Amino acid sequence: MAEAAQISTNAPMTSSRRTYNRALARFVRHRLALFGLAAIVLLVLLCAVGPYLWPYNDLRIDIRHRFAEPFSGAHIFGADELGRDLLARLMTAGRVSLTVGFAAMAISTVIGTFIGTIAGYFGGIVGTALMRFVDAVLCFPSIFLLLALAAFVQPNLLAITLVIAATAWMEVARVVEAQIRSLRERDFAVAAQALGASDAHIMFRELLPNAIAPIVVASTLNVARAILLEAYVSYLGYGIQPPTPSWGNMLNNAQEYLSTAPWLALLPGLFITLAVTGFNFVGDGLRDALDPRLDLP
Amino acid sequence: MAQYLLLLWLVSIIGFAVLHLAPGGPLAQFTLIPGMTAAQLKVIAHQMGLDRPLPVQYWEWFRRMLVGEWGRSYRDSQPVLSVIGAHLWPTLELMVSSTIIALLLGTWVGVLGAIRRYSVFDYLATVGAMVALSVPTFWFGLVVIYIFSVKLAWLPPGNLYTIGDGSFLDYARHLIAPSLVLALVTIAIWSRYMRASMLEVVNQDYIRTARAKGVPERRVLIRHTIRNALLPMITIAGLQLPTLLSGALVTETVFTWPGMGRLFLDSIGYRDYPVVMGILMFSAILVLIGNLLADVLYAVADPRIRLD
Repeated sequence: MAEAAQISTNAPMTSSRRTYNRALARFVRHRLALFGLAAIVLLVLLCAVGPYLWPYNDLRIDIRHRFAEPFSGAHIFGADELGRDLLARLMTAGRVSLTVGFAAMAISTVIGTFIGTIAGYFGGIVGTALMRFVDAVLCFPSIFLLLALAAFVQPNLLAITLVIAATAWMEVARVVEAQIRSLRERDFAVAAQALGASDAHIMFRELLPNAIAPIVVASTLNVARAILLEAYVSYLGYGIQPPTPSWGNMLNNAQEYLSTAPWLALLPGLFITLAVTGFNFVGDGLRDALDPRLDLP
Repeated sequence: MAQYLLLLWLVSIIGFAVLHLAPGGPLAQFTLIPGMTAAQLKVIAHQMGLDRPLPVQYWEWFRRMLVGEWGRSYRDSQPVLSVIGAHLWPTLELMVSSTIIALLLGTWVGVLGAIRRYSVFDYLATVGAMVALSVPTFWFGLVVIYIFSVKLAWLPPGNLYTIGDGSFLDYARHLIAPSLVLALVTIAIWSRYMRASMLEVVNQDYIRTARAKGVPERRVLIRHTIRNALLPMITIAGLQLPTLLSGALVTETVFTWPGMGRLFLDSIGYRDYPVVMGILMFSAILVLIGNLLADVLYAVADPRIRLD
């Protein structure tokens, strides 16, 4: 938000105090991004390495320890209705959810960047048609579209990832289109054209590298979105199917046990929130750091 | 206007493509009937016109959609539109009440954040909004149910009303938790945009003029600043519709709320494709109408803009 140079209303603040507070604001935002990064690194490490160190297996059923409470025994986060260790399940589920998140981000970024570049570079009828198509897809509430598509495919990891990517590429396309449209008028692009460079060369070798910053921001925020979408669709029963755990499908029947075993509902949700907040904080920090308005005169 | 018609057309093409993505397409339900042979399927496909070229099929489907013939539910043979109509009211109720909550709270947070920029409140609102956008709606719903229904027993854990009761108060009590849960994301978005919009307006010449004329500060804030800052919010509200509908689906599932979202999920479970497609198209058209309304309202509210 371009408000850095604006004056606030007559809040009773001396100017030195305001300067101090603004510095504090930057620092806090910066720290939020660092916090987000730390949360992501911790979660990734926990899910990647954790299962090798933790003595319990996520699939081992242990009826004696059904509904074991958190922090009470060997099961540090308790156990579920089949006596499976919750931490072990959270770690394996995290592998699935984070993988889906990153993979869907990568695919949707590629689709969005491609469509946005084509639309922004050629403009005219092609550009208008592509961007109206983006608008039309955005008319569908994402969860409705996601569920309709997910219900039609075999619910395996790859299909769910593709379906999520298919409902999350539009924002990237919009960002890239706007960038490319303004970049292609710049001297270096005109020069490349005058030198006889091909359209593909100008698009992907000249323009796109200059649009990397907003793409990085958008794709970071897209990881957050993809993790959330996976959680929604799995919670509703059409995403990752048990016994493969994901953070979303762990909450699938947790509502039944809400009064007797609330940790089954609370902990997976906390992990989702932590991961999504982490990526959103980092994305926001990156946006501040790489503000495209700063490098475009 | 032309732009909205173009969008409607594109939306219908996407809908038609999704329809034909279904395994077996619209024939799926018949393949499940025991003793069904390939020859019989072919006859049914011919009767349904599924052996004709795709553009012809699309045109037929689009024409029927325009005149309100959206097919019949596989489950109870009711026309799709009347099935949707029967479930529309609870969803609208939920969306309207949560929008009112979000408008009031979001505006308040945004205005306060803008006039006390960089204060502790402003930080908390900024961080809070980002966290609110990161919390899965269904999980927030579970947390609300756990705290307010299981632990405190203040609010009912779901449903439209208590069976045997049906008083207005009972309805209202059931509406509180789901509308709050649904409002969370909207509050977060609304407050951020409101704050930015306030900061934009504060620097306008007419605000300086008002101050120079000696208009009391309170009046400058309410009559001149907030009123003008609310203008662009009309567009934002229109753009929020898809998010709100998605949230409603999830909220309805958590709170066993018999609305359109629940109907959609149930229909997917029953492979009731006409209803699934109907709701998908209906929600997209609802979003289109919402955006159109926001455009018109904006033009009405802002005399500088004229519709052509």
